[in-house]
Amino acid sequence: MSTLFSIESMTAGYEEKIVLRDVSMDVEENDFIGIIGPNGGGKTTLLKVILGLLKPLSGRVDYSPGDLKLNQIGYMPQVAQGDALFPVTVEDVVLSGMMHHKGATGRMGRNEKRRAAEVMDELGLTALAHQALNELSGGQLQRVYLARAVSGSPRLLLLDEPATFVDASFEADFYEKLKILNNRMTIMMVSHDVGTISAWVKSFACVSEKVFYHPHSKITQDDLRLYGCPIQLVTHGDVPHVVLHKHD
Amino acid sequence: MENLFEYSFVIRSLLGALFASITAGLAGTYIVSKRLVFLSGGVTHASFGGIGLGYYLGINPVVGAAVFGLGSALGMEYMSARGKMREDSAIGILWALGMAVGIIFIYLTPGYAPNLMSYLFGSILTVTDGDLIGLGIISAVLIIYTAVFYRTLLYISFDENYARTFTRHVDLFRYISVGLTGLAIVLNIRMAGVIMIIALLTIPANIVMLFTRRYLRIIVLSTMVSFAGISGGFALSWFTNLPTGATIVAVLVLFWLVARGIRTLKRSSSIEKLKKTTI
Repeated sequence: MSTLFSIESMTAGYEEKIVLRDVSMDVEENDFIGIIGPNGGGKTTLLKVILGLLKPLSGRVDYSPGDLKLNQIGYMPQVAQGDALFPVTVEDVVLSGMMHHKGATGRMGRNEKRRAAEVMDELGLTALAHQALNELSGGQLQRVYLARAVSGSPRLLLLDEPATFVDASFEADFYEKLKILNNRMTIMMVSHDVGTISAWVKSFACVSEKVFYHPHSKITQDDLRLYGCPIQLVTHGDVPHVVLHKHD
Repeated sequence: MENLFEYSFVIRSLLGALFASITAGLAGTYIVSKRLVFLSGGVTHASFGGIGLGYYLGINPVVGAAVFGLGSALGMEYMSARGKMREDSAIGILWALGMAVGIIFIYLTPGYAPNLMSYLFGSILTVTDGDLIGLGIISAVLIIYTAVFYRTLLYISFDENYARTFTRHVDLFRYISVGLTGLAIVLNIRMAGVIMIIALLTIPANIVMLFTRRYLRIIVLSTMVSFAGISGGFALSWFTNLPTGATIVAVLVLFWLVARGIRTLKRSSSIEKLKKTTI
């Protein structure tokens, strides 16, 4: 495995509030990292710094190890962000994932339309191509935003709580699609549901001001405590309920 | 001679209607999609302050209105981007302040009191060549701006945060869009009137959105709907001697009611079909 990019003693935050402090981390190519941690711990901030949307206060992200370019990063923000009543079609949204490779005039030609059709086909959206967003279910909407994130053929895919507002029955299907995508791109996915995603991810990163990388998909309460990661480990099956110690 | 006058009047009216429709189609689609209707109302009324000031200083009132309209549009955008104030309250204050300033300055202006009614309710009779040229220019600028940056503008309007991942100029585009919208509003005042303008910006786009959700189609079709509504309103007001602005609004609302009726019929017939096929 080779390194795709490195975060080097990076500190980041907003208006005098530091959210991430002195974070260092190497992200390996084709890893599938589940990003977990408490609310306000800096998960979204971490994604924004990697995307280049937020300048670190100190330190940096070094994209040179894997020669990663900013326009090779696909991003799926939290689903609630787009205005679902806005008059825009599924195809338009998928096409917007290719704007990274365009100038401000953003002309979409035959190649882009073909690429959008491919992605919509892969994610089962072909029949919905000319539908407006307000006619879609939560699961369909989620796949539209995933299609937007991958239509530009990214090498790194960042997902921010992709399963919010989605029916549990769609979730497994969604992660299955991510697993296939993981064959050709590195994935970092923010999630609250450690129990569910541990079946799909290859590793975990716990973000709570610091970032602790855990190179396996099996993570225990002890690991979390060790990392100072005060989150509830959701277990499925008849495991007794675990009372967590508060992080100090 | 009388024929010639009528002929040039018809040409002027049609040109005015065309330009107003183009601005309504382009700016209206943006305003309705982005839910900026109330903000547009605020900008329109704020620009009335500029009209009053223009009279007081003895300059062209439309120039005063343009300065106020542009200033208030950009100011509102700046404040809402900062998120430091309740936006609807800010708009309400600006709305009333603009009207108050306008009325005070017109009251202070010595001599002949201008025909306020024509600014409030609009009149094609008071539209000057300069107004028509101004409307023509803003129409052309809006068309070119939208055509050249179509995708970028569409995606910034739809999902600003995502747009930031592919362009560093989100804020610049937003200010340009809002500024052009403000100017388009102001230049329509003489014809449509401060109070009526909101109808031009909202009704056509809303009519079209009953039938399609494709952004480009909404722009094109709402321009056509506006043109039908404005020229229909002109004709009706000409023959009935009713005030132009009010007649246009009445015609547009009538269109909207008919469109709603058509859509309801379409919906129920497609539901009927669905019932038949499932049984």
